[in-house]
Amino acid sequence: MQPIIELKNVCFAYPGGRKVLENLNFEITSGKKVGLIGSNGSGKTTLLHVIMGLLPATGGQVRLFGEEMLKEKDFARARRRIGFVFQNADDQLFSPTVIEDVAFGPLNLGKTKEQAREIARNTLESLGLAALENRVAYRLSGGEKRMVALATVLAMDPDMLILDEPTTGLDEVTGHRITHLINSIDKTCLIVSHEYEFLSQTTEVFYGMEGGLLKYLGDSQALHTHTHIHTAGAMPHKH
Amino acid sequence: MISEELAFRDSPVHRIDPRVRLVFALLLCFATALSGSFAAPLLALGSAMGLIVLSCLPLSAVARRLVPVNIFMLFLWLVLPFTHVGEPAFTVMSLAASKPGIEIAALVTLKANAIVLFMVALVSTMSVAALGHAAHRLYFPQKLVHLLLLTYRYVFVLESEYRQLVRAAKMRSFVPASNLHTYKTYSYLAGMLLVRAHARARRVHQAMVCRGFSGVYHCLDSFAFRKADLAWIALLSLFLLAMAGVSFNYGGLGDFFRGQALPFAG
Repeated sequence: MQPIIELKNVCFAYPGGRKVLENLNFEITSGKKVGLIGSNGSGKTTLLHVIMGLLPATGGQVRLFGEEMLKEKDFARARRRIGFVFQNADDQLFSPTVIEDVAFGPLNLGKTKEQAREIARNTLESLGLAALENRVAYRLSGGEKRMVALATVLAMDPDMLILDEPTTGLDEVTGHRITHLINSIDKTCLIVSHEYEFLSQTTEVFYGMEGGLLKYLGDSQALHTHTHIHTAGAMPHKH
Repeated sequence: MISEELAFRDSPVHRIDPRVRLVFALLLCFATALSGSFAAPLLALGSAMGLIVLSCLPLSAVARRLVPVNIFMLFLWLVLPFTHVGEPAFTVMSLAASKPGIEIAALVTLKANAIVLFMVALVSTMSVAALGHAAHRLYFPQKLVHLLLLTYRYVFVLESEYRQLVRAAKMRSFVPASNLHTYKTYSYLAGMLLVRAHARARRVHQAMVCRGFSGVYHCLDSFAFRKADLAWIALLSLFLLAMAGVSFNYGGLGDFFRGQALPFAG
């Protein structure tokens, strides 16, 4: 099957700085839910930005939907089909009201105002967020912002979702809500997180990232079927 | 930071189409500012007060908005009568206050209060978002409209980042004083805020690009023109015409069109 994302020997270094990605090879085929785990500063977010064309790869090849991405124009076309949810929802939600933010993507895709409004309403409703429609974005709670950020991307009906740390800083209940939501979405996903448990519940396979290199860590389910008392702590948890 | 306490209410004025309110607020303010006699600003003050009553705003909130402008007017009263040449009205410690000076100070005070009341009644009764959308629909320059809307959205984020930095300083026993250490700390704080704002601007732009933004911003608004708006247009036009008529007959605009200089168009 045609991979949606295909990276071949991709390198990235900040100007005058250290190398963040080194000869990285990676692919995601349609329908897969892939997790990516790594410590702070391991280059996870940089990798996502290279995939989306927000940062230019300094070497190697980025192919999206089978096409090689050479210019900004290529990326612009591919971005319409990949929904990217940023780590910080405040960066994603820039419109004064929720409905406008959700309608922003569809409007950019060339929908009319009426269509965009309809799509935005339906998306919010399907996520159980209909009540937030006319709320002012900055007055939302952290969890609500995260859910709305997801809605703004889903409203564009992308073929694939990329989520950067979707549960960081959320309480348990909201975290579960996001987990439930991601599991109910029938789309290819690449999810970056540093929480094992969250990834094991939402993805099928996962990769680890360290020092600019990717390592296949295996099947999420196989790695996370047992709960036990850890010697280092009294709380039962999964690995 | 921006509380919009007067915007989310309901009254006949709040229900007027924001576009109508914005256009007439501007026109009425200009008409008030350009009138040269007392008649037109008095009429303006009267109609502005009428609008305030119709907008059912709490009078204390309205009064609070009049305080700063009138403090400024106080300084005009202290200076203008004593610096304007003309027939003296009274003297204070060998300083003569001239009659024309007093007249001008009174005129400016009248106009300033009328203009603030117009703005409070017509503009602060709409949310900043509605103001931006109304401006967009009235073909204001796009960049200005986006600047307004994005500023409105992020001013709160910046405020919370500022508070965060101040808290961080306080937690480490920082007490502001009049010394170099304080100035240095505040300049670091301001610099940090700028850097953060810049970084955020970049991330916001990236997020917009990821959702297909290509430079054209589409506004999603739902302004619907109602029959009541037509009545409001008629009423507000009447105010405007009355002011222009009064102005034309009693100086101001009339002098302007007759080719004479305005006595004072403050």
